[in-house]
Amino acid sequence: MSERENQGYFGLYGGRYVGETLVAALDQLEEGIRNFFADDSFWSDYHILLNHYVGRPSPIWEAKRLTETIGTSCRLFLKREDLNHTGSHKINNTIGQVLLAHRMGKREVIAETGAGQHGVATATVAALFGMKCKVFMGAEDVRRQAPNVRRMELLGAEVVSIQSGNATLKDAMNEALRYWSEVSDHTFYVVGTVAGPAPYPRMVREFQKIIGIEARTQMLELTGKLPSIVIAAVGGGSNAMGIFHAMIDDPDIELIGVEAGGKGSNPGEHCASLNRGRIGVLHGMKTMILQDEDGQIDDGYSISAGLDYPGVGPEHALLQECGRVRYEIIDDQAALEAFYLLCKFEGIIPALESSHAVAQAIREAKRQEHRNILINLSGRGDKDVDHVLARTAPREETDANMTRR
Amino acid sequence: MDRIAQTFYTCQQEQRAAIIGFLTCGDPNFEDSFNIIDAACSAGLDVLELGIPFSDPTADGPVIQKASQRALKSGITLEKCLTLAKKIRERRHDIPIVLFGYFNPILAYGPARLVHDALDAGIDAFLCVDLPVERFHEISDFRPLNCSFDPIRLIAPTTTDERMKTILPDASGFIYLQSRSGVTGVRNVNPADRLDFIRRQTSRIRQWTSLPIAVGFGVSTSDDVASLSPLCDGIVVGSKLVLHIEKHFDPESRSFARDDAIHELTNFVASLARSSRRSAD
Repeated sequence: MSERENQGYFGLYGGRYVGETLVAALDQLEEGIRNFFADDSFWSDYHILLNHYVGRPSPIWEAKRLTETIGTSCRLFLKREDLNHTGSHKINNTIGQVLLAHRMGKREVIAETGAGQHGVATATVAALFGMKCKVFMGAEDVRRQAPNVRRMELLGAEVVSIQSGNATLKDAMNEALRYWSEVSDHTFYVVGTVAGPAPYPRMVREFQKIIGIEARTQMLELTGKLPSIVIAAVGGGSNAMGIFHAMIDDPDIELIGVEAGGKGSNPGEHCASLNRGRIGVLHGMKTMILQDEDGQIDDGYSISAGLDYPGVGPEHALLQECGRVRYEIIDDQAALEAFYLLCKFEGIIPALESSHAVAQAIREAKRQEHRNILINLSGRGDKDVDHVLARTAPREETDANMTRR
Repeated sequence: MDRIAQTFYTCQQEQRAAIIGFLTCGDPNFEDSFNIIDAACSAGLDVLELGIPFSDPTADGPVIQKASQRALKSGITLEKCLTLAKKIRERRHDIPIVLFGYFNPILAYGPARLVHDALDAGIDAFLCVDLPVERFHEISDFRPLNCSFDPIRLIAPTTTDERMKTILPDASGFIYLQSRSGVTGVRNVNPADRLDFIRRQTSRIRQWTSLPIAVGFGVSTSDDVASLSPLCDGIVVGSKLVLHIEKHFDPESRSFARDDAIHELTNFVASLARSSRRSAD
């Protein structure tokens, strides 16, 4: 028992803080992991799907024009997870989990989604496997990520719009957990990030670590050495764990996670759980959480729906505590500037989530010299175009009005 | 004998199941909540389950979610919940009070401080919905020796025999038997199927413990209580009680028709208490 329990913790963080109803489902999932992770044919199916369906390995692109524009002696490299089928790193995980669900004999999957990327990735793989799919999404996210809602529906998924709370990712996950506690005997819950009760954080990391494994080899091929700095955005933290995991044992590689600074440092204005949160329990895990002094969860905020979450994967809490990863904050404005720079100079429209990582890389490049900086470009920004333009347009109008006055 | 054991013993002597009422503390505000709870106790509650409001209650359906929101908007905190419990205890020496809630507010308050203040307030037990038995020690470790601040164990429809065997022998207070999966609230279920299910579950539980068994989740009418009372020792009613507060509260103006709510709620509790008597046959 104690050995199994330790496996669910990362230092003090993680664990399984769920109602009795879900204990059996989590035990069953652990058993599934034990059985199928030891089975070579499971992993060969996973890799065949990643190579031929997702399009892996994803390339690494050196962003030379961006580098020139910044005027730095550092070199910037982008790990192009945005080129994956469905447009982000999320599909690495959904391929793994839906494959597992299928082997465990489940016929229905559910998922929570913020930006909609995980929802689309789940709906996609569910369609491929002929499984029923239900996606829980906050009403606010349904509004700001409308194209992804249409995609999920085209792929045959049912999108359930959630009105409670701030109507974003946290509320979607609450509702997914409620629904799952009713149907857990025949339904598999595909969690979208390295969060939730054990064994989810570790399982999702196992499906995402392919990013870092590929990137190591690619950087060695491209530059003859490992990168000096690796940067990734952190909401729940799956793309970051994905690229960090294969690098953690190389102490010379500096790892930087980037949290969403939103529009200010007051509660409700940002999503910097690691920098500004306290230890707590939410969604089945003990981790760093944005909360008030009475333990009520704060509603976070970020321009980027995928980072709009008041908690963070428990392994990140441990990596911060032991100092292996440095966690920085990038606000909406800096992320938007990076978004535009990448569009203009590299011809790449990045997801707003990934734009936070790009912004931090630009900062590092300006204050460091001759470093090779690897950025996890976790997703593409097609989904964000309307939102960014709608946000930018009125501002220009205001500027114009002020000039006229 | 402690209050929980004494209450179930008395009910057994009187040939009835104990009526366990759940109400969210501070719903819709501190003063009204105190009056409602006090009136419900007078109307015939045998055990009081006092809900600590939480922003993200993942085990609760819409009715109790809204109750939490009403209470939080009125400024309720865990500290005030304990004050309210203490006020109830001052007026009622015998009723067992069970603190019912989620772990994060307790963690923020400090588990050691909670145990101390809960005992001081005269609380008898706690049920922390998202703290599984394996983690009870995160609260229980802070209990003084020989105190009866019992962690209540919950048995779900999905709980396996193997797990019952590890959970139940150490149980204390009473066993909370969940009558169906999912979250709290009223749902259409086939009454005959439910009774069959409760019979099967109680006989499974009886293999491992002789503690009183209370059935909860989706119990909403006097008929439910009448049909369940021969099968168990206690019956938990939550959402249906809370609904009487929701009905008389206007979220826009925050005005609350307290007297109407109390009148309806006490009538309802009294009817449940009458129905809990097991008929002679």
